[in-house]
Amino acid sequence: MDEADKRVIRALQEDFPLVAEPYKELAKVADMTEAEFLRRVLKLKETGAIRKMGAVLKHRNVGFTSNVLCAWEISEDKADEVAKSMSEERQVSHCYIRKVAPGWDYNLYTMIHGKSREDCENTARRLQEANGVTKPPAMLFTVKEWKKTGMKYFLE
Amino acid sequence: MEELSQFDRELLNILQENLPVSPQPFKDVAETLGTSEESVLGALQRLKREGYIRRIGAFFDSEKLGYVGSLIALKVEPQKLDEVANAINKYAGVTHNYEREGKYNLWFTLNSPNESFEKKTIEEIRSLDGVTELLNLKATKKYKVNVAFNL
Repeated sequence: MDEADKRVIRALQEDFPLVAEPYKELAKVADMTEAEFLRRVLKLKETGAIRKMGAVLKHRNVGFTSNVLCAWEISEDKADEVAKSMSEERQVSHCYIRKVAPGWDYNLYTMIHGKSREDCENTARRLQEANGVTKPPAMLFTVKEWKKTGMKYFLE
Repeated sequence: MEELSQFDRELLNILQENLPVSPQPFKDVAETLGTSEESVLGALQRLKREGYIRRIGAFFDSEKLGYVGSLIALKVEPQKLDEVANAINKYAGVTHNYEREGKYNLWFTLNSPNESFEKKTIEEIRSLDGVTELLNLKATKKYKVNVAFNL
């Protein structure tokens, strides 16, 4: 990744213009031709630096009013298989294996979205049964959202 | 807030998966939907204004950009929670900060430009008045990061 790529990334962090030729406008911000800008965006997508070009919705406003972070304790030899399987579930938006900590043996985390608390609980139960997990997950329901924002890179 | 029309739903389902990287991306989307570029742009401006769309554009893999990330769980004394949550919100690398049910009551994600920056931030947060425990739950493998709803 070079300086020009960083200019592309900075431009893409701003509001995406809802106009006929949005990349032309962003290319101006990044001080390069539209063709060069498009070529670099495609390359960043290919390498995975851009994991998605698209839209993210405000889930509460489209009917998914409830979500829960589920922490699971899965034996090390099964964790990979269970994580893959849980990732297949549509209601699961995030699925990570994480390090454990003293007194905290949960190693697999899934974010589950649903139309109600009960809906989320049913999904968690279904995932538990489908994957033969004995211990129910810690259901870390949100009490309050203190911050939710996108990360801004290369501003230094 | 108006109800989403069938057209809105189809448009959002497509755009949640992919926004084309091409000179006229919304024209490409319009062709898939059998409509005009103008109606796609008009609908998106309205859906954004009405608060259905959080963000449209690029979403990055912070690690591929050289950043390091973690999930931090805190146990905070209840009477100090507001103060601690506000102090954590001030960090630019904190993108999500949630009060949650359970033994650890404050959970946040932290992105840092390098390991030593992360370490310094974590030590600062650990020493905040009211923080009694801190868990640094670094991801060892990411299986899915995709917030897309079937409308």
